[in-house]
Amino acid sequence: MEEIKTGVYICHCGLNIAGTVDVEEVAEYAGTLPNVVVARDYHYMCSEIGQGLIKDDIKNLGLNRVVVASCSPRMHEPTFRRACQDAGLNPYLFEHANIREHCSWVHDNRQIATEKAKDLVRAAVKRVSYNEPLETKERPLNPNVMVVGGGIAGIQAALDIANGEHRVYLVEKEPAIGGHMAQLDRTFPTLDCSECILTPKMTEVGQHPFITLLAYSEIEGIVGSVGNFKVRVKKKARYVDEEKCTGCGICEEKCPWKVDSEFEMGLGKRGVIYVPFAQAIPHVATIDKEHCVYFLKGKCRACEKFCDAKAVNFEQKDEIVELEVGSIILTTGYDLFDARSISQYGYGRYDNVLTGLEFERMTCAAGPTEGKILLKDGREPERVAIVHCVGSRDQNYHEYCSRVCCMYGLKYAHLIKELIKAEVYQMYIDMRCFGEGFEEFYRRVCDEGVNFIRGKVAKVTNVSLTEEEQGKLIVIAEDTLLGGIVRVPVDMVILCTALEPRSDAENVAKLLTINRRADGFFMEKHVKLDPVATATDGVFIAGCCEGPKDIPDTVAQASAAAAKALSVISRGRVVIEPTVAQVNEVLCQACGRCEEICDFHAPKVISKDGVRVSSVDAALCKGCGACAVVCPTGAMSVRHSTREQITSMVEALLEV
Amino acid sequence: MAEFEPKIIALCCNWCTYAAADIAGTSRIHYPSNVRIVRVMCSGMVDPIYILKAFEMGADGVLIAGCHEADCHYLNGPPKCDAMFEKMKRVVNMLGLEDGRLRREMISTSEAPIFAQVIEGMVKQIKKLGHSPLQERVKV
Repeated sequence: MEEIKTGVYICHCGLNIAGTVDVEEVAEYAGTLPNVVVARDYHYMCSEIGQGLIKDDIKNLGLNRVVVASCSPRMHEPTFRRACQDAGLNPYLFEHANIREHCSWVHDNRQIATEKAKDLVRAAVKRVSYNEPLETKERPLNPNVMVVGGGIAGIQAALDIANGEHRVYLVEKEPAIGGHMAQLDRTFPTLDCSECILTPKMTEVGQHPFITLLAYSEIEGIVGSVGNFKVRVKKKARYVDEEKCTGCGICEEKCPWKVDSEFEMGLGKRGVIYVPFAQAIPHVATIDKEHCVYFLKGKCRACEKFCDAKAVNFEQKDEIVELEVGSIILTTGYDLFDARSISQYGYGRYDNVLTGLEFERMTCAAGPTEGKILLKDGREPERVAIVHCVGSRDQNYHEYCSRVCCMYGLKYAHLIKELIKAEVYQMYIDMRCFGEGFEEFYRRVCDEGVNFIRGKVAKVTNVSLTEEEQGKLIVIAEDTLLGGIVRVPVDMVILCTALEPRSDAENVAKLLTINRRADGFFMEKHVKLDPVATATDGVFIAGCCEGPKDIPDTVAQASAAAAKALSVISRGRVVIEPTVAQVNEVLCQACGRCEEICDFHAPKVISKDGVRVSSVDAALCKGCGACAVVCPTGAMSVRHSTREQITSMVEALLEV
Repeated sequence: MAEFEPKIIALCCNWCTYAAADIAGTSRIHYPSNVRIVRVMCSGMVDPIYILKAFEMGADGVLIAGCHEADCHYLNGPPKCDAMFEKMKRVVNMLGLEDGRLRREMISTSEAPIFAQVIEGMVKQIKKLGHSPLQERVKV
């Protein structure tokens, strides 16, 4: 057997490691360990020079194993594997010891940290002697992309990819695309009309030869991995033939039953058969089965009688579509915090306490009040309070800042001043106006005579104490600048509710095996350096499903996710990691326990030259190692996580 | 005499708990230095032999930590780990090791403070228990 020659490299990481760990002592110690022929320490092992040290030693000293003790392998393992490969050493003959995240950054006693670093290096040195060279393989990839969620993020990502002439499947669970942006009236700080800038993009999606739009559809299941995902999509029955429907709207007009419109936030009505809004794409009607009298009582079918195109089809069934894609972009957006949860604000109890999105529909010229700001009784309000941070920056609900509320709160103040000249009170904790043109807009609104009260609102009540307060809603807050409680009588209260993760975010995360942060939003691969990738290769995230953000940031992130997906496509093939299960056919007794425990159907007991043995399909195996644990003979093991390799580390850590 | 410092081996899944320990580092959340982390790809990969080897070699405690059931990168690793753990708990008891020396936790990537708390709690508990009773017997 070839003699093992290990090189050990201890990184200072500036003072990140060297500040707590005596790196020279660790290097000296490493030099005394079995099989180690060289041990060095250097300021930054990840630098060109640091990597050069490794490469030179591999060439000059004939190293056949390399250990670097530095940051987390989740950070730089690929860097050092590449350096080994460049110098002609198989990258799997490298081992990483984590002496920064797991040592110097979490301990402050120099002696203790140095001893721990030595232990970790010793374990890596022992383990690397058990490492084996492994070869990666490549397989072809499917260039199609699936975008899940048809809000502005999904629309942007889909268009970017489709304009590169790659097939995009855009899946939207609602009857039409557009998302929350379609409901907005004007967008801060430029005050351009939301629908005017969104509609052209929606139309482009509807007509794009490279986009297949699957509206009113939901993902049922996903199998496979980057390059080769198989997705089951349920196209929910609209009870209207999309091909035949012209979107003329006669059916909705003739439908005798009206219910609250979701699009109008319940401020307006829609038919039970309906097109959600005037610019909806696809512009086709949908029957709301839950409220349809025909489905409930077996009688009516008025829409069918009046439809000239004969598009209504009560026999339609949900349809399952199987799609094959190479990458997936999640743009599933956000839910709004339920203002009822904070009962002291009176939402749902007092008529004139509204949420931001309700007010948004009110100021929209195409909305239920045709752009008029009205109280429930039809009067115009004389005084309006805008309450910031409802459900956000609040330890009882969401700790995070919702990022958009300050700016839309200012927008409302401006619109109220412009449209009805009412008195406006902004009740805020801090004004956060950080984007392009935001601070200027804040100044402008200040100059328009809006009152700013710095303090969190405690309560909204209709119990008046003075004559001035009679018949009004009284907003009670602590003015932290004046240092006293204020009572502000107003006619209307607008609650700036937090953006929160979708209620089904947990299911979606599970479906795609991606992680969520403590706040519930989808988690990026690296918070700073890989913000649209996820823990699952080939799955990207963009927009508010990753965290609250405004439209410009959402669009930028969507384009970033599209670029990531395009870079997967343009590579044309995927690398199959060799770190999968393998069978020692001499030991295998063909008991089939591996086959039973595997969730990916990778091992199968087959007959090979008349002998029954287990055989692993490397393309299906994820390398989780469950099969190796249940294997009674030790025939099954996972490459690069073998029993010997892991046991050797446990042993080495406890040797001294 | 110096205070007893237990030796604890933590077998941590690459996707959740190992990453949580990384984030504890990035966030400079300090915890006792008694723990040595060994990276495994999945908690469901933890072989009973690693636990036995650790106690044989004189570990005072072994922690097996990985994703919550919903977060598993491999769909169903945690329940497989749980099944192994339940069996091993009995084995470890038969060997004369007290409850608390073998511990199973689910700590997701976002739970770095919980990781630090678990280590703190475990060190405290094992300090009370003292040296692993196996250590003396193995020496003999």
